[in-house]
Amino acid sequence: MINKIVQSMADAMADIKDGSTVLLSGFGSVGQPNVLIDGLIEQGAKDLTVAANNAGAGHIGLARLMELGRVRRIICSFPRSSDPVVFETLYRAGKIELEIVPQGTLAERIRAAGAGVPAFFTATGVGTKMAVGKEHREINGRTYILEDALYGDVGLVEAWEADRWGNLTYKLAGRNFNPIVAMASKLTIVQTQHIKELGDIHPDHVITPGIFVDRVLHVPYGDPGGF
Amino acid sequence: MSAATAEFKPFSRVKMAQNVAADIPEGWYVNLGIGIPTAVADHVPLEREVIFHSENGVLGMGPAPEKDKIEPWLINAGKQYVTLRPGGSMCHHADSFAMIRGGHLDLCVLGAFQVAENGDIANWATSENDTAPAVGGAMDLAAGAKRLWVLMEHTTKDGTPKLVHRCTYPLTAMAAVKRVYTNLATVDVTERGFVVRDMAPGLTFENLQARTEAKLYLPA
Repeated sequence: MINKIVQSMADAMADIKDGSTVLLSGFGSVGQPNVLIDGLIEQGAKDLTVAANNAGAGHIGLARLMELGRVRRIICSFPRSSDPVVFETLYRAGKIELEIVPQGTLAERIRAAGAGVPAFFTATGVGTKMAVGKEHREINGRTYILEDALYGDVGLVEAWEADRWGNLTYKLAGRNFNPIVAMASKLTIVQTQHIKELGDIHPDHVITPGIFVDRVLHVPYGDPGGF
Repeated sequence: MSAATAEFKPFSRVKMAQNVAADIPEGWYVNLGIGIPTAVADHVPLEREVIFHSENGVLGMGPAPEKDKIEPWLINAGKQYVTLRPGGSMCHHADSFAMIRGGHLDLCVLGAFQVAENGDIANWATSENDTAPAVGGAMDLAAGAKRLWVLMEHTTKDGTPKLVHRCTYPLTAMAAVKRVYTNLATVDVTERGFVVRDMAPGLTFENLQARTEAKLYLPA
């Protein structure tokens, strides 16, 4: 019997190695797997590369992971937030590397990784700082730049519902990067608000099929709050 | 206020948003950038069905919620609570940006630091040494939407023109802007350069030119 549901945070975080690339979903705190980030803090892996839309707020979650010196490099589109003090302090001190990526290029790089596309051409960023050092190609009269797929060793996902096969649904804007992070990561770990019996999620309603999911932890924490 | 500025009445922030809203026809799919552009939606009547998109996977946004009816799982790209109108839908981030990058949006309205007469836009960083640059979805929107309009003040607070010959700040996209709405004028970006469509009440063309670095043209 397949059962991807794990019973403890330790089981969820097992075998995450130092030096891993971690893809982190979330837009602000909506659809961000905050409890799994706390689990990663507890687990202890270091020298991490983290890809996320934002670079954390306050002194919790991703900001806490950075503050503890565990993140070597961050790949994100919008490192500012309501309270970006941790990231900005580390960045000014030269203690964290930043790769800034247009948000759509970030999403597409993650999706491409999940779909087995190693790189793709895009018009986004042509003629800007983002294009420096990248391969340019003219296709049908328009100039494009080559962007690489962004693979995760580990993907952290927040779902609304999950079953033991790892089929997932999301709630409203909580979907954001979650389905593509699940696709692009070698080890996809999910925190879910609700566990459903196999077959109780209507097949038409499954957004992430379980093939993209490795571990599911039940975390019924309620509504997101604070950005 | 100098004598020169006392002679005319700049468009208010509300009027600027109304100016943009008046030019959006029913049926368009529209993304409004963070900041002043967000207010444009308030001036498009619900019965004129314009479908608003937000980068975080929301299509068909309605007005802001009443305080006691907030849905904590429904936010826009500015991380404000929003509503979904009947017919609205959700998608993941890559599909949301496929709408943008695949040329499916009829219009994007962004703020900007500078717009050049060739349509170049600079709106994400004010210097080459920005300590923590943050680009978000601006480059995708500028390169991907069918039309890019800019909504911004005509000059900086100290009077420096923002409609320029060439941008001096880091670019967001090249030759992307089609029209600019400011507190002083509405200007089309054409092959000739900036062509003035509309001016604030009482403002003369010469007075507008004096506040604009790039050369302005009247419609042919």
